[in-house]
Formats: sequence, C-alpha cells, structure tokens
Amino acid sequence: MGQNIIEKLWDLHSVADLGDGGHLIYIDRVFFHERTGSIALKGLEAAGRKVRNPEQVFGCMDHIVDTIPGRTDDTMVPGGSAFITTTREAAKAAGVNLFDLGDDRQGIVHIVSPEQGIALPGLTLVCPDSHTCTQGALGALAWGIGSTECEHAMATKTLAVQKPKFMRIHYTGQPGNGVTAKDMILYLIGQHTASGGVGYAIEFAGEAVRALTMEARFTLCNMGVEFGAWTCIIAPDQTTYDYVEGRPYAPVGPAWDQALAHWQTLPSDDDAEFDKEFVINCDEIVPQVTWGTSPQHETGIDGTVPNPRDEADPNRRQSIERALEYMDLEPGSQLEGLPIDSAFIGSCTNSRLSDLRSAAAILKGRKVAEGIKAICVPGSGQVKKAAEAEGLDQIFIDSGFEWREPGCSMCFFAGGENLGLEQRAVSSTNRNFENRQGPRTRTHLASPTTVAASAIKGCLTDVRKLEPASHG
Amino acid sequence: MDKFTELTAIAAPLLRINIDTDAIIPSREMKRVSKEGLGEGLFAGWRYTEPGSRNENPDFILNRKPWRRAQILLSGANFGCGSSREHAVWALAEWGIRAIVAPSFGAIFYSNCVRNGILPIVLPDDRIQALAALVEEDPEENRISIDLGECLITGPDRLTDKFDIKPPDRDMLMEGLDAIAVTMKRDDEILAYQARDRLKRSWVYL
Repeated sequence: MGQNIIEKLWDLHSVADLGDGGHLIYIDRVFFHERTGSIALKGLEAAGRKVRNPEQVFGCMDHIVDTIPGRTDDTMVPGGSAFITTTREAAKAAGVNLFDLGDDRQGIVHIVSPEQGIALPGLTLVCPDSHTCTQGALGALAWGIGSTECEHAMATKTLAVQKPKFMRIHYTGQPGNGVTAKDMILYLIGQHTASGGVGYAIEFAGEAVRALTMEARFTLCNMGVEFGAWTCIIAPDQTTYDYVEGRPYAPVGPAWDQALAHWQTLPSDDDAEFDKEFVINCDEIVPQVTWGTSPQHETGIDGTVPNPRDEADPNRRQSIERALEYMDLEPGSQLEGLPIDSAFIGSCTNSRLSDLRSAAAILKGRKVAEGIKAICVPGSGQVKKAAEAEGLDQIFIDSGFEWREPGCSMCFFAGGENLGLEQRAVSSTNRNFENRQGPRTRTHLASPTTVAASAIKGCLTDVRKLEPASHG
Repeated sequence: MDKFTELTAIAAPLLRINIDTDAIIPSREMKRVSKEGLGEGLFAGWRYTEPGSRNENPDFILNRKPWRRAQILLSGANFGCGSSREHAVWALAEWGIRAIVAPSFGAIFYSNCVRNGILPIVLPDDRIQALAALVEEDPEENRISIDLGECLITGPDRLTDKFDIKPPDRDMLMEGLDAIAVTMKRDDEILAYQARDRLKRSWVYL
C-alpha cells in the first residue's frame, strides 16, 4: 500500500518509535517570535541548556513590536519592550539567527520563513505560534507548538509527537469572480465547523488547489488551525519549486538538484490511504464573510445572519446566540450593507505582495468612505519594499489607508494598539474571537479585496458588484 | 510542575463550545516575559466588568461561591482552540485549575496542559452536560473525582467513566517529568539519526 505525503515525511523524520503511535520526530528548523520564543529561550538559559544547531533556529520580532513608522523598542504593550530586549539578548547569547527591528527581512514569522527560503518542501519546522501550519503550503510538515515544546525542540532537535489521523480535502471546480483562497478556507470552516479538523493532519488537494499561486496556498493553509487541524500540507509541484528557487536560504547548484529529486518523491502515492476524504466544490463558493465570534460563524456576502432558532444542536444554538449579542446583530439581517468603522489589511493570512496588489487594484482611483479607519500592514520588510517599488504604497495612502511597518499589528493588539471599543471592523486576518482586535471589537473576517471594497463603501460590500473606478 | 495522581474537587461548568486561548488569557494580560503573574488575567474579558479593570462580574462562574475554589472545569468542544500561547495554561494553573473536561481540545493547548500539570480529559458531550447539571445543583457536595492512575472519572452520581490518555502524557503528569531530560536519554539515537541524515539530505544543513 502506498503512503500519503504526511506519512512519508513522518517516517523520514522518525528518530525513534515511542510506542502507542508516539514518535520522536527530528526537527529541521525552529522559528520563534518575541512573545512566546522569548520565554522559551529564557527557559533554556535558566536550565543551563544549550540550543543544538543554533544555525537552524530563526527568530523574528512581530508580535509585540508596533507597526508605526519610526518605531523603536518602546511599544504601547504594557511591559512590551522587555519582550523585545529579552529576545534580542537571549538570541545573541544562544547564537541563533534573528531578524530584528531595522533589518529589512523582519516581518511576520510565517511570511518571512518561506520568503527567505528557511521553510522548504520536505522539512519539519515548528514555531511557538499556532499559524505555523501556513508553511505546510510548501510541502513541509510544519506545526505550531507551545513555549515549553519549543525549548524541547531547540535543546534536543526533536519533539515527541503523537501520529495524527489523515484527512484529504479535494477542492474541485473553479473559484468564480471575487473568490480567493481566503474564501475557500472560510467556506470549509463554515461547512465543517471550527473543530472539523481536530486530530487530523490535512492534505489540501484537487485542481483548484493546484491552480493557486504559492502565496494563495499559504493563505489556504494558514487557517487550517482555525479548522482545528494539527497541521495541513500541500504537495510540492512546479509552482512550489519556482517559488523556492533563488531564495536566500534555499539550496543552490548540486544541492538544489539533490533536494528537487527528493521533493519529487513526496506527493501522496496514488493508492495512499486517508482516514477521511471529502470534496469541496469551488463553483459553489462566493466571497465569504464572518458574522460571529468563531471562524465557523460565516456565510456568503449575499447571505443573512442566521436565526439561532433554526439551529437544532443546542451547543451551536447557544454559541450563535452569544455571538449575535456580542456582534450586535439581529437574526435574519443582511450582511451586505452593514456599516463598518474600520478596515484592516494585514496578518500572516493576507499581507503578501499578491494580497496588497489585489487590494490596491480595488482602491486605485477611489477613496475610503468618510470616518472609516483603514490600515494596511505589509507582512514583511521585503513585501513592503516590493510593494513600494510598484507604487502600491501610494495607492493605499491616496485612498485613505495608513501604510505601516511590518508586524502582526491589529490582528490581536500587537504593538498595544486596537480597533476600539465596540467598533465594527472588516479584517483580512484569521480570528474573529471576542475581544481579539480590541475591547468588544466586532470583527468580520474577509479577503483583502472584500476588505478594500468594504472600506470604500463604508459597509460590508460584495466586491463583485463594485462599479468601475473613475481613474485619472 | 505539580504532579497529578488523584483529585476530588469542585467543578465549574463553563459550557461553551470553541473557548479560545484569547478568551482564556487576552493579549493585553501578558505583560511580562514570565510564566508567572498570569492568574489574575484568566478569562479577563468575561471575569471583569470593563476591559482592563479588576471589577468582578458577579455572574461569571469563577467569581461565584463556591466555584471560586473550583479545580475542575467542565466545558464544550474544541476547548483551548486558537493561539498557541502557553500563557493560557499557566494562567489556568496559577488560578488553581488542575483538570479540564471537554469533548475535544485544541491540539497545542492539549500538549501545553500535560507539560504544566493540568489534566485534559475527553468525555462525550452528553456526559459532560449530565455532570454539569449535578454540579449546578450543589457544587459543594457534588464533587467530581479523578484517578489518573486508573484513568477514571467519577461523577456525584457514582457513575464512572474511563478516559483515554497516551501513556507518555500520563507519565508526564503523574511523575512531573522533565520532557527534555526524558528525551536526552535517547541522545545517542538522535545523534546517530543526524549523522545519517547529513549524508542523505545534506541540503537541509545550513
């Protein structure tokens, strides 16, 4: 019987069978950031332990630093500068790599790691951050861990891990006008709930996944954790290799040829087995938006807020009731046209160059509606530089968006900023949890193009209906 | 870390699905590079009346007697989903929670629990609902008992359920083991793997 891609990577990295499905898995790369990595590095130091192979450990400042131009180590996060300085000092003492403030490679870990060629197909990579599954899009086995496990990975080069169950999701058909990878993943979570993937490692497959650019694949995998998955992965193909080749830490010359030959053996065999498999038909997907406080609380932009009375499951009914109260929404009301207070484009989900290009294409020649706070935060220094070289920054600024320095920003209070008490936001981020973007802030998750269109109209907007802008 | 063997304690029902780690400890409550001082921020968004304040919301379960002394939480599916922040587990532990019973858990949260002396127990939702109803009736008298050695959880109705936990996780909790020290007993195997791997996949090594 053949193997699926996850089993192949699992077996290749198994140092020891610990029994009962547990394995000691070899970890090729560790990534960290200043909020959870600082504690891991400090913990190792306190225990008198060393980082094994520090040259394969990388860190970024993204969670605590602010994104305001001219920023320093000072931040509005209470006690925040200590996270930054501790991380810097501990990283230096441990001899690990750090993309610090002022380095034009600094940015959000899951943007920077693939961008620099640190995450590669076939590698195992862990990071004390739940969105590490993003990097599985390269065909890597990459998953999020806690700070204590991060210490373990750094000290021993391994982690003791329980073998997950295997799921494969086939995206078939062709996403229509205005439908992006963000809509594809929100739709999945809406259909199968935020715990639909609990216990599974998931391979995303099918013609619609193959057709996605590498950057869109990162978006798809990014929210695997919002589906409850242990991690997710996309088999590497020519799109992957074209993306990876020439990146700073990617192999070159004979090493590239050797790596490529290995990567081509990784895709799931034709007779590979999965514990669960199903199909999502992209023809049925329209631009999506969330209405509640869990990513599973979502529907098409042309949809309405559900009525809790229609939900048979008592737990879900109660969850809808709470969400509607928090979001200040009436059952049955239209989402399209709902007035917003702010719009945010950024985060490890949607802050890559292609995201900024697609949003800028909407914003060009238009103005953000009056009274709307609109912010764009590029995912990394490299994204920012490339966007500025194309003049995208000017398009954002001219339309009324703030143009910021790279970091996690408004996704969750990073830099100590938030979107304001009971403000309604449309956001290209990944979590619409209560209080996530600010005190009682009401978050509607959507794609960057839906966010841009909504910012212009001042309300949740169906990007497909936007009339042509008057250029010039 | 505190070892976990047996526990009979007051249980607090917090029966919501998808309780995320942002709710367990909001970002604004993680103020120091430390595993300590987090208990005060536990469930801050629900426990206090205003953002950033310390005025207790009298309706929130953990603010009500006798649940202020609860050591067991009963909750809904996907408990601890979301952010990987281990601060969520450190906050729960510091506040006094020793075990959480839910139909399912966020994967990273589950791993963080067993590394910090908190026992996550998976039970079917209907059994959790039944336990919650009994606990609501008389929280002081209707306590829940857990025997980790036997993997048994017994309700006030004297009904006992067997729960699953992987042996390494159980050992970690019962012995209070240092996972790094356990793994380093296999250091020869790790180094041998690495030596073989360097030859096979030299392109991986920077």
